Amino acid sequence: MNVKFINPFLEGTTSVLNTMAFVSPRAGKPYLKKDSMAVGDISGIIGLTGAARGSLALSFSKGCILKIVSSMLGEEITEINGDIKDAVGELTNMVSGVARKKLEADGLNVTAAIPTVVAGSNHSIVHVLGGPSIIIPFELDEGPFVVDICLTDGT
Amino acid sequence: MDKSIKILIVDDFATMRKVIRNLLKQSGYENIVEAEDGVNALKVLQSQKIDFVVSDWNMPNMSGLELLKAVRADEELKALPFLMVTAEALQENVVAAVKAGVSNYIVKPFTSETLDEKIKKIMEKI
Repeated sequence: MNVKFINPFLEGTTSVLNTMAFVSPRAGKPYLKKDSMAVGDISGIIGLTGAARGSLALSFSKGCILKIVSSMLGEEITEINGDIKDAVGELTNMVSGVARKKLEADGLNVTAAIPTVVAGSNHSIVHVLGGPSIIIPFELDEGPFVVDICLTDGT
Repeated sequence: MDKSIKILIVDDFATMRKVIRNLLKQSGYENIVEAEDGVNALKVLQSQKIDFVVSDWNMPNMSGLELLKAVRADEELKALPFLMVTAEALQENVVAAVKAGVSNYIVKPFTSETLDEKIKKIMEKI
């Protein structure tokens, strides 16, 4: 995977969570992931086409997503419910939007599909290209989450 | 500016409607109604007086762009202030929204200050 795709998604994730949930996640060192097992308890996945082709997933631990969505809604949420699933889809959509705007500025026009959300421990993230994917790990005090990207140059 | 204006939030995600409602409340707007897509938004617009529309772009049944076109084509509603909310800041989308007569657009993510500023700018032009 071309490394030029990493920064827009890293910056997009930080920007979306800062603005919408008022949290500042700490980014860790990216690494390669070879299997389809999700890192978190709930994941949003979105397909991308155009100058970059593949998919993006955001996978959150329970503690982390409860904190993020509670901050977004201004009310305390203690379980993974419909609001959380909605929010994960919307966050995935927004991160993709910010990243695609940054890619567009570099002359790369990328189109996104509708995000899907999968929940439950040990769920899978099936990337459009099959993998392997690059993981950008993030940490909040309440738990970790990752951005899981599997992209190639479009044709 | 009059903060008692009645604002219609249109978004298929209930969570996003809550988020926008919270952001509006932070800026002092309390008179808020909601619709889950363009079709329901049109029903609301035809049944009660709405002063301002904040609509998502991507929705099933009737998108924000289709809703905007329907509003501008309606003699009674055509002057209604219409703020489009989108995760799509792509140039072609902006052009399509401007051509359809959008009052302004706002790209997700955004703060309550940015949202308030957009609303004020639109209302000042009326």
